[in-house]
Amino acid sequence: MNLDAKIPEGSLEQKWENFKKTAKLVNPANRKKLEVIVVGTGLAGSSIAASLAEMGYQVKAFCFQDSPRRAHSVAAQGGVNAAKNYKNDGDSVYRMFVDTLKGGDFRAREANVYRMAECSLNLIDQAVAQGVPFGREYGGYLNNRSFGGVQVSRTFYARGQTGQQLLLGAYQALMRQVGKGAVKLYSRHEMLDLVLIDGKARGIIVRNLDTGVLERHAGHAVILATGGYGKIYYLSTLAMGCNGSAIWRAHKKGALMASPSWIQIHPTSLPQSGDYQSKLTLMSESLRNDGRIWVPLKTDETRNPNDIPENERDYYLERRYPAFGNLAPRDISSRAAKERIDAGFGIGPLKNAVYLDFAKAIKEQGRSKIEEKYGNLFDMYRKITGFDAYEEPMMISPSAHFSMGGLWVDYELMTTVPGLFALGEANFADHGANRLGANSLLQASVDGYFIAPYTVANYLSGDIHTGKIDDQHPEFDKAQAAVEANLKKLLAIGGNKTVDYYHKTLGKILYDYCGLARNEAGLKGAIVEIRKLREDFYKNVKIPGDSIAMNSELEKAGRVSDYLEIGELMCFDALSRNESCGAHFREEYQTAEGEAMRNDAEFQFISAWEWAGAGADPVLHKEELTFEVLKPIVRSYK
Amino acid sequence: MKLNLKVWRQKDRESQGKLVDYVLEDLNPHMSFLEMLDTLNERLILAGDEPVEFDHDCREGICGQCGMMINGIAHGPLQNTTTCQLHLRSFTNNETIFIEPFRSQAFPIKRDLRVDRSAFDRIISSGGFVSTNTGQAPDAHALPISHQVTEAAFDSAACIGCGACVATCKNSSAALFTSAKINHLVLLPQGKEERQERVIRMVEQMDAEEFGHCSNTEACEVECPQGISVLNIARMNYEYNRALTRRK
Repeated sequence: MNLDAKIPEGSLEQKWENFKKTAKLVNPANRKKLEVIVVGTGLAGSSIAASLAEMGYQVKAFCFQDSPRRAHSVAAQGGVNAAKNYKNDGDSVYRMFVDTLKGGDFRAREANVYRMAECSLNLIDQAVAQGVPFGREYGGYLNNRSFGGVQVSRTFYARGQTGQQLLLGAYQALMRQVGKGAVKLYSRHEMLDLVLIDGKARGIIVRNLDTGVLERHAGHAVILATGGYGKIYYLSTLAMGCNGSAIWRAHKKGALMASPSWIQIHPTSLPQSGDYQSKLTLMSESLRNDGRIWVPLKTDETRNPNDIPENERDYYLERRYPAFGNLAPRDISSRAAKERIDAGFGIGPLKNAVYLDFAKAIKEQGRSKIEEKYGNLFDMYRKITGFDAYEEPMMISPSAHFSMGGLWVDYELMTTVPGLFALGEANFADHGANRLGANSLLQASVDGYFIAPYTVANYLSGDIHTGKIDDQHPEFDKAQAAVEANLKKLLAIGGNKTVDYYHKTLGKILYDYCGLARNEAGLKGAIVEIRKLREDFYKNVKIPGDSIAMNSELEKAGRVSDYLEIGELMCFDALSRNESCGAHFREEYQTAEGEAMRNDAEFQFISAWEWAGAGADPVLHKEELTFEVLKPIVRSYK
Repeated sequence: MKLNLKVWRQKDRESQGKLVDYVLEDLNPHMSFLEMLDTLNERLILAGDEPVEFDHDCREGICGQCGMMINGIAHGPLQNTTTCQLHLRSFTNNETIFIEPFRSQAFPIKRDLRVDRSAFDRIISSGGFVSTNTGQAPDAHALPISHQVTEAAFDSAACIGCGACVATCKNSSAALFTSAKINHLVLLPQGKEERQERVIRMVEQMDAEEFGHCSNTEACEVECPQGISVLNIARMNYEYNRALTRRK
């Protein structure tokens, strides 16, 4: 298979301009004849649905939550990056492009990364026009904070709720179109299959989660903006409903999956405290500006942290990375924590955490200053743990957070299935092997507001004579019958283990063998274990109730059945990449000091995997990466 | 610890519901309230019963999807806290806990603890936005907005749309939710162009959804996880009357 990324001609600065200049258009009179299906209503989904409806297309928007406003974009705390250079500190689109490409360890396309930085300028304007209350200075102009180790302040924020406010902006734009009748909204509907007619994406099969009834929806194009699949690890910073099912089912219909094993494990979340736990809450990375990370020097330490003297503490990030210290990037910090925990120095009742200590900052700056900066986070910490972080160090640990991998898309955000687009976290495009903080809100937004409106129109221009897509086409019958059969099959198993048991077991396998560190033997073993677990799932899972009714266990079972396949592909992906880059750390490929060793000669490509059928090994395709502007260098934080 | 639960079970909107007793033992006080319900559900499933349906998603207090009446209080005993952020350490050993859905004419029960809050979406779609299309925006700095105004707008915009205000109100009024959105937008210069039409449409939609009237008990502010102030309601009333007198 030839993976053509369709990068436009011209210099890096001209590529997107050139695309827009030559993209095909659809006459306003023809737009109302064209229907587009948007799955997912987070930042990417809401913004593309609203934008297309404003242009005059017929749009249907779907989400599994009870309202589009609940989508998990809502939970992003820190901010959104834009190269506005309002701080006059030397920022530019080019500098943002460099930071992002380098942060991603040179495993993303130059042209995509540059475009994201370029479109960041308009995003801030757009959000302000919608009424997003970004933080401002006393003169009335927008404020910025610095984030994730870059040298400029380019992060716009709305207190610690930037994702919520950006999402509400997009949600309100969407609801405006719903009120006008330009978007039909289907909340509590979950996509269970993609329908292809003559090789093109022409519709979806969804299940109404309140009634259990299956529905068919036809359109000229299908846009998946369904977010990431980091919840595959069970314990993660993601919402309970986050899942990979829409992209996975599209994958099984022919869309390639790119770099599925690149999952960001965030260094500062709350540790697991027991088997009952369902989620690991994220504590904003901004805490590392003033908090010092350490573990005791003794493995059998039992004293209260405040009673451990300075010379019996190991500030391991400051020790290993003196230049960046506690502000080392996410992948590096998480790995260093795991190294100490695995060596037996972890703290807390389960010895699975490290300390994040504010004593020095409180002493130097005063408690009120720390309260002003992080008060809401300290409050949240107290609500969840019952401990006061002003008096004793926080306990934190790494947790699965963001999937850099996702459906392979070309420059136009179209997958390998014609007419099927993937936006936001659902695609693999812009972050390479490691995402920088405050770039995920950005990518989701620019995909939806500024990129897909052009590229989807470019595609739809070929469909103006097609006429309405018929949802009674035999392909819809076939897809719906397969979905029905699958639901029946799951309900008929009637075993003795819950869906959560399988999800938790899978999550543990992945944390152990396809998490922060991977090696060949571990990955090979994990593939065997996951296959066994999947077999056991289809023999022994117990799902109560009926398919023609509300049934959350059945919903979960569908998602976990997909996770059991995605997890296997993640291991294949990690196994095939004999190098360490970004979030992908193969123990065999490290320097004597334990740092990642990238192999540009052999692995400067994107891995795109093809589904080869149940039980068969996936097939690898490669998209070579070329760097014309920025030559790959070794990341160093020493 | 041990808890005696009385949980509202109702098969669907038409069926009659009732409180069902469950006893859970050996619970960890650091468990969250929803993890306690997960534990109950696991037990029910393995025993061949149907689990309790309840709304939840992010489990970090921001998506607004969770929400139930716990001992008669929306989101339970802790102030300014969603149900998902509540932990068992807020209860005592051997305590009896009543768990019921948010109740309101405008929030019909779907099943067990799940209710239909789509009325909130319809209120937003009636006018809770700035009418700007993608691509129309001028540079963000073309319009300075004072720090104080932005912060005040944020205080209103922080609403998570959970519906606790409605559930706790003896009149089932949605005044706090609706007024928070009206104020978020009217405080900002971007939202001023449509201020008259917006408030009239949103208030009319609120009435059409059969929410009750506000009688200023201020119970909503007490139960609001985001601490949205009742002053929003006063401002909404002002905006509404202002709009009526200026309507042609």
